[in-house]
Amino acid sequence: MRDQIILRIAAKLLIPPILLFALYVQFHGDYGPGGGFQAGVIFAAGVILYALVFGLERAKAAVPAAAVAWCGTLGVLIFAGVGVAAMLMGGNFLDYGVLLHDPSHAQHIGILLVELGVLVTVFGVMVTLFYGFAGRRRSG
Amino acid sequence: MESVVDLVLLVLLAVTALAVLHVRNLVAVVMLMGVYSFLSAALFVVLDAVDVAFTEVAVGAGVSTILALGTLALVGARQKRHGKSPLLPLVIVLVTGGMLVYGTYDLPRWGQPDNPIHQHVAPEYLADHVPLAGGDGGALEVHIPNIVTTVLASYRGYDTLGETTVVFAAMVGVLLLFAGAGAGRRRRDPGAPTGRDEGGEGAP
Repeated sequence: MRDQIILRIAAKLLIPPILLFALYVQFHGDYGPGGGFQAGVIFAAGVILYALVFGLERAKAAVPAAAVAWCGTLGVLIFAGVGVAAMLMGGNFLDYGVLLHDPSHAQHIGILLVELGVLVTVFGVMVTLFYGFAGRRRSG
Repeated sequence: MESVVDLVLLVLLAVTALAVLHVRNLVAVVMLMGVYSFLSAALFVVLDAVDVAFTEVAVGAGVSTILALGTLALVGARQKRHGKSPLLPLVIVLVTGGMLVYGTYDLPRWGQPDNPIHQHVAPEYLADHVPLAGGDGGALEVHIPNIVTTVLASYRGYDTLGETTVVFAAMVGVLLLFAGAGAGRRRRDPGAPTGRDEGGEGAP
Protein backbone atom coordinates (compact mmCIF):
# COMPACT_ATOMS: atom_id res chain seq x y z
CA MET A 1 0.00 0.00 0.00
CA ARG A 2 3.08 2.22 0.21
CA ASP A 3 2.79 3.59 -3.33
CA GLN A 4 -0.83 4.72 -2.92
CA ILE A 5 -0.25 8.45 -2.83
CA ILE A 6 -3.87 9.43 -2.07
CA LEU A 7 -4.01 7.08 0.91
CA ARG A 8 -0.66 8.32 2.14
CA ILE A 9 -1.58 11.99 1.94
CA ALA A 10 -5.02 11.39 3.45
CA ALA A 11 -3.48 9.43 6.30
CA LYS A 12 -0.87 12.11 6.90
CA LEU A 13 -3.66 14.68 7.12
CA LEU A 14 -5.84 12.50 9.34
CA ILE A 15 -3.42 11.07 11.88
CA PRO A 16 -2.59 14.29 13.80
CA PRO A 17 -6.28 15.24 14.26
CA ILE A 18 -7.03 11.65 15.35
CA LEU A 19 -4.36 11.80 18.04
CA LEU A 20 -5.47 15.28 19.08
CA PHE A 21 -9.10 14.15 19.22
CA ALA A 22 -8.06 11.25 21.46
CA LEU A 23 -6.49 13.71 23.89
CA TYR A 24 -9.62 15.88 23.73
CA VAL A 25 -11.81 12.86 24.49
CA GLN A 26 -9.48 12.01 27.37
CA PHE A 27 -9.36 15.39 29.05
CA HIS A 28 -12.91 16.43 28.22
CA GLY A 29 -14.30 13.22 29.70
CA ASP A 30 -15.24 15.11 32.86
CA TYR A 31 -17.63 17.33 30.92
CA GLY A 32 -18.85 15.31 27.93
CA PRO A 33 -18.95 11.77 26.68
CA GLY A 34 -15.60 10.06 26.69
CA GLY A 35 -12.86 8.91 28.96
CA GLY A 36 -9.82 6.70 29.10
CA PHE A 37 -11.24 3.70 27.25
CA GLN A 38 -12.44 5.64 24.22
CA ALA A 39 -9.41 7.91 24.14
CA GLY A 40 -7.04 4.95 24.33
CA VAL A 41 -8.76 3.21 21.45
CA ILE A 42 -8.78 6.37 19.31
CA PHE A 43 -5.12 7.04 20.02
CA ALA A 44 -4.34 3.43 19.09
CA ALA A 45 -6.41 3.88 15.92
CA GLY A 46 -4.08 6.68 14.88
CA VAL A 47 -1.04 4.41 15.22
CA ILE A 48 -2.84 1.53 13.51
CA LEU A 49 -3.77 3.77 10.57
CA TYR A 50 -0.11 4.75 10.26
CA ALA A 51 0.90 1.09 10.29
CA LEU A 52 -1.72 0.18 7.68
CA VAL A 53 -0.67 2.89 5.24
CA PHE A 54 3.08 3.16 5.80
CA GLY A 55 3.85 -0.42 6.79
CA LEU A 56 4.46 -2.21 10.05
CA GLU A 57 8.20 -1.63 10.01
CA ARG A 58 7.91 2.15 9.98
CA ALA A 59 5.15 2.09 12.58
CA LYS A 60 7.34 0.00 14.84
CA ALA A 61 10.23 2.41 14.27
CA ALA A 62 8.00 5.28 15.41
CA VAL A 63 6.15 3.42 18.17
CA PRO A 64 8.27 0.46 19.30
CA ALA A 65 6.48 -2.79 20.13
CA ALA A 66 8.28 -3.11 23.46
CA ALA A 67 7.17 0.40 24.45
CA VAL A 68 3.48 -0.27 23.79
CA ALA A 69 3.65 -3.55 25.69
CA TRP A 70 5.13 -1.62 28.62
CA CYS A 71 2.30 0.92 28.24
CA GLY A 72 -0.22 -1.87 28.67
CA THR A 73 1.39 -2.70 32.01
CA LEU A 74 2.12 0.85 33.11
CA GLY A 75 -1.52 1.96 32.93
CA VAL A 76 -2.70 -0.72 35.36
CA LEU A 77 0.16 0.25 37.67
CA ILE A 78 -0.89 3.92 37.52
CA PHE A 79 -4.49 3.00 38.33
CA ALA A 80 -3.61 0.65 41.17
CA GLY A 81 -0.87 3.04 42.29
CA VAL A 82 -3.41 5.81 42.84
CA GLY A 83 -5.37 3.35 44.98
CA VAL A 84 -2.31 2.42 47.01
CA ALA A 85 -1.33 6.09 47.36
CA ALA A 86 -4.77 6.78 48.81
CA MET A 87 -4.21 3.94 51.29
CA LEU A 88 -0.80 5.29 52.27
CA MET A 89 -2.33 8.69 52.92
CA GLY A 90 -4.83 7.25 55.34
CA GLY A 91 -7.88 6.53 53.18
CA ASN A 92 -9.36 3.40 51.68
CA PHE A 93 -8.12 1.83 48.45
CA LEU A 94 -9.06 4.13 45.53
CA ASP A 95 -10.54 6.69 47.94
CA TYR A 96 -9.25 9.79 46.15
CA GLY A 97 -10.63 12.20 48.75
CA VAL A 98 -7.49 12.00 50.88
CA LEU A 99 -5.02 12.71 48.08
CA LEU A 100 -5.22 16.48 48.48
CA HIS A 101 -6.37 18.90 51.11
CA ASP A 102 -9.69 19.68 49.45
CA PRO A 103 -11.65 16.42 48.97
CA SER A 104 -13.53 17.60 45.87
CA HIS A 105 -10.33 18.78 44.20
CA ALA A 106 -8.67 15.52 45.21
CA GLN A 107 -11.49 13.59 43.55
CA HIS A 108 -10.81 15.46 40.30
CA ILE A 109 -7.09 14.70 40.47
CA GLY A 110 -7.77 11.06 41.32
CA ILE A 111 -10.19 10.65 38.41
CA LEU A 112 -7.74 12.37 36.06
CA LEU A 113 -4.97 9.99 37.12
CA VAL A 114 -6.96 6.78 36.89
CA GLU A 115 -8.38 7.82 33.51
CA LEU A 116 -4.78 8.39 32.43
CA GLY A 117 -4.01 4.86 33.59
CA VAL A 118 -6.92 3.50 31.56
CA LEU A 119 -5.79 5.49 28.50
CA VAL A 120 -2.23 4.18 28.70
CA THR A 121 -3.30 0.56 29.21
CA VAL A 122 -5.96 0.54 26.48
CA PHE A 123 -3.64 2.27 24.00
CA GLY A 124 -0.80 -0.13 24.77
CA VAL A 125 -2.98 -3.22 24.58
CA MET A 126 -4.74 -2.26 21.34
CA VAL A 127 -1.50 -1.47 19.52
CA THR A 128 0.14 -4.60 20.92
CA LEU A 129 -2.76 -6.73 19.70
CA PHE A 130 -2.54 -5.12 16.26
CA TYR A 131 1.23 -5.59 16.08
CA GLY A 132 0.75 -9.19 17.17
CA PHE A 133 -1.80 -9.98 14.45
CA ALA A 134 -0.17 -7.95 11.68
CA GLY A 135 3.30 -9.21 12.44
CA ARG A 136 2.51 -12.85 11.79
CA ARG A 137 2.95 -14.44 8.42
CA ARG A 138 0.15 -16.44 6.91
CA SER A 139 0.49 -20.10 7.75
CA GLY A 140 0.23 -22.58 4.93
CA MET B 1 -41.00 9.51 16.72
CA GLU B 2 -38.42 7.84 18.91
CA SER B 3 -40.18 4.50 18.61
CA VAL B 4 -40.00 4.81 14.80
CA VAL B 5 -36.24 5.34 15.01
CA ASP B 6 -36.00 2.38 17.40
CA LEU B 7 -38.01 0.22 15.05
CA VAL B 8 -35.95 1.15 11.98
CA LEU B 9 -32.69 0.53 13.82
CA LEU B 10 -33.85 -2.81 15.24
CA VAL B 11 -35.08 -3.98 11.82
CA LEU B 12 -31.74 -2.99 10.29
CA LEU B 13 -29.96 -4.86 13.10
CA ALA B 14 -31.97 -7.99 12.36
CA VAL B 15 -31.31 -7.65 8.62
CA THR B 16 -27.59 -7.24 9.26
CA ALA B 17 -27.54 -10.28 11.53
CA LEU B 18 -29.30 -12.39 8.89
CA ALA B 19 -26.88 -11.11 6.25
CA VAL B 20 -23.96 -12.17 8.46
CA LEU B 21 -25.45 -15.67 8.57
CA HIS B 22 -26.03 -15.75 4.83
CA VAL B 23 -22.75 -14.36 3.46
CA ARG B 24 -19.90 -16.85 3.17
CA ASN B 25 -17.12 -14.39 2.36
CA LEU B 26 -15.64 -13.64 5.77
CA VAL B 27 -14.32 -10.19 4.80
CA ALA B 28 -17.91 -9.23 4.04
CA VAL B 29 -18.95 -10.76 7.38
CA VAL B 30 -16.41 -8.62 9.23
CA MET B 31 -17.68 -5.50 7.45
CA LEU B 32 -21.28 -6.43 8.30
CA MET B 33 -20.28 -6.88 11.94
CA GLY B 34 -18.91 -3.35 11.78
CA VAL B 35 -22.26 -2.17 10.42
CA TYR B 36 -23.97 -4.08 13.22
CA SER B 37 -21.77 -2.29 15.72
CA PHE B 38 -22.59 1.12 14.25
CA LEU B 39 -26.31 0.34 14.38
CA SER B 40 -26.01 -0.73 18.04
CA ALA B 41 -24.19 2.52 18.73
CA ALA B 42 -27.03 4.45 17.11
CA LEU B 43 -29.46 2.58 19.38
CA PHE B 44 -27.37 3.52 22.42
CA VAL B 45 -27.54 7.17 21.32
CA VAL B 46 -31.33 6.91 21.10
CA LEU B 47 -31.27 5.49 24.64
CA ASP B 48 -29.18 8.53 25.76
CA ALA B 49 -26.17 6.33 26.54
CA VAL B 50 -23.67 8.36 24.54
CA ASP B 51 -20.64 7.11 26.46
CA VAL B 52 -21.54 3.52 25.66
CA ALA B 53 -22.22 4.44 22.04
CA PHE B 54 -18.82 6.08 21.84
CA THR B 55 -17.11 2.96 23.16
CA GLU B 56 -19.12 0.73 20.85
CA VAL B 57 -18.08 2.72 17.79
CA ALA B 58 -14.43 2.97 18.80
CA VAL B 59 -13.97 -0.63 19.95
CA GLY B 60 -16.70 -2.60 18.22
CA ALA B 61 -16.70 -0.96 14.82
CA GLY B 62 -13.13 0.31 14.78
CA VAL B 63 -10.46 -1.79 16.43
CA SER B 64 -12.36 -5.09 16.40
CA THR B 65 -12.86 -4.82 12.64
CA ILE B 66 -9.14 -4.22 12.10
CA LEU B 67 -8.20 -7.13 14.37
CA ALA B 68 -10.71 -9.43 12.65
CA LEU B 69 -9.33 -8.44 9.25
CA GLY B 70 -5.83 -9.13 10.55
CA THR B 71 -6.97 -12.58 11.62
CA LEU B 72 -8.53 -13.21 8.20
CA ALA B 73 -5.21 -12.26 6.57
CA LEU B 74 -3.74 -15.17 8.54
CA VAL B 75 -6.43 -17.80 8.19
CA GLY B 76 -8.08 -17.01 4.84
CA ALA B 77 -11.40 -15.38 4.03
CA ARG B 78 -13.58 -18.31 2.92
CA GLN B 79 -15.92 -20.00 5.32
CA LYS B 80 -15.77 -23.78 5.11
CA ARG B 81 -19.03 -25.54 4.34
CA HIS B 82 -20.11 -28.20 6.75
CA GLY B 83 -22.87 -30.68 6.12
CA LYS B 84 -24.47 -30.58 9.56
CA SER B 85 -28.19 -29.99 9.76
CA PRO B 86 -29.11 -26.58 11.24
CA LEU B 87 -32.27 -28.04 12.81
CA LEU B 88 -30.97 -28.76 16.33
CA PRO B 89 -29.23 -25.36 16.75
CA LEU B 90 -32.40 -23.67 15.47
CA VAL B 91 -34.55 -25.49 18.03
CA ILE B 92 -32.10 -24.63 20.84
CA VAL B 93 -32.05 -20.97 19.83
CA LEU B 94 -35.85 -20.79 19.58
CA VAL B 95 -36.38 -22.49 22.96
CA THR B 96 -33.76 -20.29 24.68
CA GLY B 97 -35.13 -17.14 23.07
CA GLY B 98 -38.67 -18.13 24.05
CA MET B 99 -37.61 -18.68 27.65
CA LEU B 100 -35.88 -15.29 27.73
CA VAL B 101 -38.96 -13.55 26.33
CA TYR B 102 -41.12 -15.41 28.87
CA GLY B 103 -38.72 -14.24 31.59
CA THR B 104 -39.19 -10.60 30.62
CA TYR B 105 -42.83 -10.80 31.74
CA ASP B 106 -41.61 -10.94 35.35
CA LEU B 107 -39.46 -7.83 34.92
CA PRO B 108 -40.74 -4.46 36.15
CA ARG B 109 -42.14 -2.29 33.37
CA TRP B 110 -39.35 -0.71 31.34
CA GLY B 111 -38.46 2.90 32.11
CA GLN B 112 -40.62 3.34 35.23
CA PRO B 113 -38.90 5.65 37.73
CA ASP B 114 -39.91 3.52 40.74
CA ASN B 115 -38.20 0.37 39.42
CA PRO B 116 -35.76 -1.21 41.89
CA ILE B 117 -32.79 -0.42 39.66
CA HIS B 118 -33.55 3.29 39.92
CA GLN B 119 -34.05 3.16 43.70
CA HIS B 120 -30.87 1.44 44.91
CA VAL B 121 -27.77 3.64 44.55
CA ALA B 122 -28.70 5.64 41.45
CA PRO B 123 -30.38 8.52 43.36
CA GLU B 124 -27.23 9.05 45.44
CA TYR B 125 -25.05 8.93 42.32
CA LEU B 126 -27.30 11.37 40.46
CA ALA B 127 -27.38 13.74 43.42
CA ASP B 128 -23.57 13.41 43.56
CA HIS B 129 -23.89 12.84 47.30
CA VAL B 130 -22.97 9.33 48.46
CA PRO B 131 -23.06 8.94 52.28
CA LEU B 132 -19.86 7.39 53.62
CA ALA B 133 -19.90 4.11 55.48
CA GLY B 134 -18.78 5.58 58.82
CA GLY B 135 -22.21 7.04 59.48
CA ASP B 136 -20.75 10.32 60.74
CA GLY B 137 -22.66 12.39 58.22
CA GLY B 138 -19.75 12.57 55.79
CA ALA B 139 -20.50 12.14 52.11
CA LEU B 140 -18.57 11.63 48.92
CA GLU B 141 -19.15 14.46 46.45
CA VAL B 142 -17.22 14.67 43.20
CA HIS B 143 -18.68 17.69 41.37
CA ILE B 144 -17.98 16.59 37.81
CA PRO B 145 -20.59 17.41 35.13
CA ASN B 146 -20.44 14.04 33.36
CA ILE B 147 -22.05 11.65 35.84
CA VAL B 148 -20.83 8.65 33.84
CA THR B 149 -17.21 9.62 34.45
CA THR B 150 -17.96 10.13 38.13
CA VAL B 151 -19.52 6.69 38.47
CA LEU B 152 -16.88 4.91 36.37
CA ALA B 153 -13.78 6.46 37.84
CA SER B 154 -14.76 7.26 41.41
CA TYR B 155 -17.91 5.62 42.81
CA ARG B 156 -17.19 2.42 40.89
CA GLY B 157 -13.41 2.72 40.73
CA TYR B 158 -12.95 -0.92 41.75
CA ASP B 159 -14.91 -2.12 38.73
CA THR B 160 -12.95 0.08 36.36
CA LEU B 161 -9.67 -1.13 37.83
CA GLY B 162 -10.93 -4.66 37.23
CA GLU B 163 -11.84 -3.84 33.63
CA THR B 164 -8.44 -2.29 33.01
CA THR B 165 -6.84 -5.41 34.43
CA VAL B 166 -8.96 -7.58 32.12
CA VAL B 167 -7.73 -5.56 29.11
CA PHE B 168 -4.19 -6.02 30.38
CA ALA B 169 -4.77 -9.77 30.83
CA ALA B 170 -5.99 -9.97 27.21
CA MET B 171 -2.71 -8.45 26.06
CA VAL B 172 -0.68 -10.87 28.17
CA GLY B 173 -2.65 -13.79 26.75
CA VAL B 174 -2.14 -12.72 23.14
CA LEU B 175 1.54 -11.99 23.69
CA LEU B 176 2.10 -15.39 25.28
CA LEU B 177 0.19 -17.20 22.52
CA PHE B 178 1.99 -15.42 19.69
CA ALA B 179 5.41 -15.54 21.32
CA GLY B 180 5.07 -19.30 21.87
CA ALA B 181 3.74 -20.04 18.39
CA GLY B 182 6.25 -17.74 16.66
CA ALA B 183 9.23 -19.24 18.47
CA GLY B 184 8.10 -22.77 17.58
CA ARG B 185 7.75 -21.90 13.92
CA ARG B 186 11.09 -20.14 13.76
CA ARG B 187 12.80 -23.17 15.21
CA ARG B 188 11.20 -25.50 12.69
CA ASP B 189 11.62 -23.34 9.62
CA PRO B 190 14.49 -20.92 10.03
CA GLY B 191 14.90 -19.86 6.42
CA ALA B 192 11.27 -19.18 5.50
CA PRO B 193 10.85 -16.22 3.17
CA THR B 194 8.53 -13.46 4.35
CA GLY B 195 5.19 -13.81 2.66
CA ARG B 196 4.11 -10.19 3.01
CA ASP B 197 6.36 -7.20 2.74
CA GLU B 198 5.20 -5.61 5.98
CA GLY B 199 4.98 -8.93 7.76
CA GLY B 200 8.47 -10.06 8.60
CA GLU B 201 8.99 -8.87 12.14
CA GLY B 202 11.46 -11.49 13.27
CA ALA B 203 12.46 -12.90 9.90
CA PRO B 204 16.10 -13.99 9.96
